[in-house]
Amino acid sequence: MNAVESRLEHIRGRVAPKSHNARTIAALTSNPGCARRAIMDAAGVDKQRLAAYSGFPAPFGQSQFAITRGNAFEAQVKANGCAELLRLLREHLGLSIPEVSYDDLNDVGGNTGLVVRHVRTRSLLARAVNSGSDAGTLFDHPLLRLQVAGRPVFLEPDLIAFQLGGRFHVVEIKSFAVIDGQADGDKVAAAVIQSAVYVHALRELLAGHGMAEDAVADEVVLVCPENFSNAPTAALLDVRKQLTVLRRQLARLASIESLLDVLPADLTFDLGMDDDGVPSRSPAELRDAIFTVDARYAPECLASCEMCFLCRHEAQGRTETLGREVRDELGAIDSIAAVLGLADGTLAPADDQAEAAGLLRAAARLRRECTGEAA
Amino acid sequence: MSTLYALAKARAADSGFATQASTVRHVHLAERPLVLIALTFAGEANAPLAAMAGDTPESARLLVVTQPRNRDERFAFAAELAEIVTGYLGECESALRAELSGADEGGAGHGEPPGAFWQKFPQVIVPNEATIGFLRLLGRSTRLRRPDGPYPVDPAVPVLGRWLTFLAERAELPGSSLLVAATQALALHWATGQSAVEDRNLAAVLGWIDPPAGLTGRAAAAAAENPVTGPPAGPATDPTFDNEVLAPLIAACGRTEIGSAQRQRAVLSLQDSIGAVLAPSWRLVWRSVELLRGLTPGRTVSLRAESDLAAFLKYGEYLRDGGTPQPRRDSAVAAARRLSSLEQAQASYAAQRAFDDPLVLAGYRLTGEAFGGSVVAADPARLGGSGKRRMLRPLVTVETLDVVRVGPGDKLVSPARPRQSAVVMSVSPLAGARSAVELELSGGMGRSLVAAPGSVPAVGERLCYTTLTDSYQVSGAFPERESTPWTHGGPPPVYVPVPDDAVEAWS
Repeated sequence: MNAVESRLEHIRGRVAPKSHNARTIAALTSNPGCARRAIMDAAGVDKQRLAAYSGFPAPFGQSQFAITRGNAFEAQVKANGCAELLRLLREHLGLSIPEVSYDDLNDVGGNTGLVVRHVRTRSLLARAVNSGSDAGTLFDHPLLRLQVAGRPVFLEPDLIAFQLGGRFHVVEIKSFAVIDGQADGDKVAAAVIQSAVYVHALRELLAGHGMAEDAVADEVVLVCPENFSNAPTAALLDVRKQLTVLRRQLARLASIESLLDVLPADLTFDLGMDDDGVPSRSPAELRDAIFTVDARYAPECLASCEMCFLCRHEAQGRTETLGREVRDELGAIDSIAAVLGLADGTLAPADDQAEAAGLLRAAARLRRECTGEAA
Repeated sequence: MSTLYALAKARAADSGFATQASTVRHVHLAERPLVLIALTFAGEANAPLAAMAGDTPESARLLVVTQPRNRDERFAFAAELAEIVTGYLGECESALRAELSGADEGGAGHGEPPGAFWQKFPQVIVPNEATIGFLRLLGRSTRLRRPDGPYPVDPAVPVLGRWLTFLAERAELPGSSLLVAATQALALHWATGQSAVEDRNLAAVLGWIDPPAGLTGRAAAAAAENPVTGPPAGPATDPTFDNEVLAPLIAACGRTEIGSAQRQRAVLSLQDSIGAVLAPSWRLVWRSVELLRGLTPGRTVSLRAESDLAAFLKYGEYLRDGGTPQPRRDSAVAAARRLSSLEQAQASYAAQRAFDDPLVLAGYRLTGEAFGGSVVAADPARLGGSGKRRMLRPLVTVETLDVVRVGPGDKLVSPARPRQSAVVMSVSPLAGARSAVELELSGGMGRSLVAAPGSVPAVGERLCYTTLTDSYQVSGAFPERESTPWTHGGPPPVYVPVPDDAVEAWS
């Protein structure tokens, strides 16, 4: 274990690291400038638990109805040897697939161990490429592995990798509806970035077998229910842009060392569990430890990060809590008190604030004129 | 977003209470609006779970789907909702038409609609934008159905779909008040100390504006984020509520035999739980209406409401004449027309708001598109032209502290005298960051060569001039649908209602 790994382990405390999945890796790309999140994710910290214990539980949850529907739709698409899926692939990839074989990698002869499954995935995928045969193959539940912050992470995708003529396509099945050719933009964006994680992991795996990048297509196949029905429809989505973002972010996590350098050597988020599993550390002390790592809060965090309520609380009094657009309109000045001080003329502007201060003073004067509001 | 609104938000964040963001009301409020709150069933494509609707705070009607995955129950829900929504719209429409024909007989002719007319303004108020999205999709999934054929539905269902589609499309038109989201209407008039993302939560927004006694707005907004004490106003439900409350109740309904006493009890407790979750939002939407009513309406609000009424009556007539439902997708020409009308409405709404509301105009003064100050010199008798073509062309000079980004030759107008135009003659900087702008006025002064009293600003009067105009714009020329150019796919096929549309799966 090297120095970085042992420090991350100390930061995490005496608990098993939280494993990543495509969703958490995709989330890394949403706020790349946040050191707090980078450190926590690199250390495998259970953010949900940490947020709850620090007194700011995360506002996330998933409805069992949504989970049921997602599973039912996936099962339907994969039923009868993926009959529905094959029909879509023929239509959308414009392929004539004479015969297709299907490999379920969910277990290896009944063994569901991660390492066994990953080895099996690797050998099957490599063989498929090397055989160069024209027959298509669907791989269900391949177990991929990715280096995140220097640590190997197993990825259990809900996906099928479809191989034809030595080239792979990632197929992502989602249960949100595409209505008259349009779907919820946020959901599509999330699906695309998750697919990009799979494309990246699949490429890494094949690169280990000397395969070029283009062995995995840039375009992923997104399968969703059409309109208000359960009937699946498919669309091809280009993930090149997301891949670039993802690679940059993973490279940044690999250089986590520089982030660790500025942190106190004894920093830990350990809850101080006693023998009965009851945490002994005081929430206030834990919060102080969390605050030693810089966060970059933005209201968008509320949709993606478990620590959001704590960070928002910490950022109170700063313009970023009002959103980036408001912050920019206020001359990108950090503190709300400073904004108001400049606007009311009680604070002398620094050299680089002169222009912003002029605008703020004018705005304050106009507000007074129109509303009679006191300064 | 202007620096002015951003500053209002900063002040709110600092004081802990929402601040004023406009001096007049910019949305029309009906005397009897229909408030509608809806919940969807998680995971499904726009599957309704429940709705609460009514046109007074006391007359809430609760609709609950006991098995949201069941197609028949969905259509039964749509039929019940149709009874409420199209019933409400129909009442408004017939009252309006009666009013109109009465006015014609009385020989009132054109002009201001009579006061009684306004009492029947149809308006649906929902808690947030997401509910407008829900209604749009509900309209899409029901408007193409048919009361006959292989999967017949209640005849009210496709009518509901067409009305909901009409309302949702109208809601995209800037300044329209037929379908209003309470969060948006509130954000137009108050600035909260939180971000736009958080402003989508009605309870949080109202917390900032109207906190309970003893709490700051910030504390009230924070309390509103707890899904137990402040359940979401829909259409999405709280996942914990789904898992811990809804799932067992729906399962209990499914286990019992239809018509049995157990079933009745199970359905009742499901309805009670959902009613309890919707009740806080119901009160909040009505509270929003009350707060908005407390503001004085801007001058042009009734103009926009009139065009809403005209569109509403026109669509009602179209439906009665057997008009076809809105297509799944607009044709190229229809889409271009619609886009152009939305752009025009946007420009005219922006200008009207600025003319109505000094605080909105101040946003333009900040960016140099308007300036305000006092008249320091006036020559009201100045004449331009010569001989018989002599015209009244008074000169006024306005001194202002605002940034002036207009130059000689620019045409301006003052909200105080919208019919009079002003041409900039010169701009001269003065000491103390002030500027003097000399303007030549024309129009709005009567027909003689002497200005009507008060029609020319006098020395000492404070007023604003702006480059914004709300004048009529000629809309772009669009081809008939038969001559759609090949670049846009050529003439679209004529819509023939296909049976497939009517039997589309909703599962």
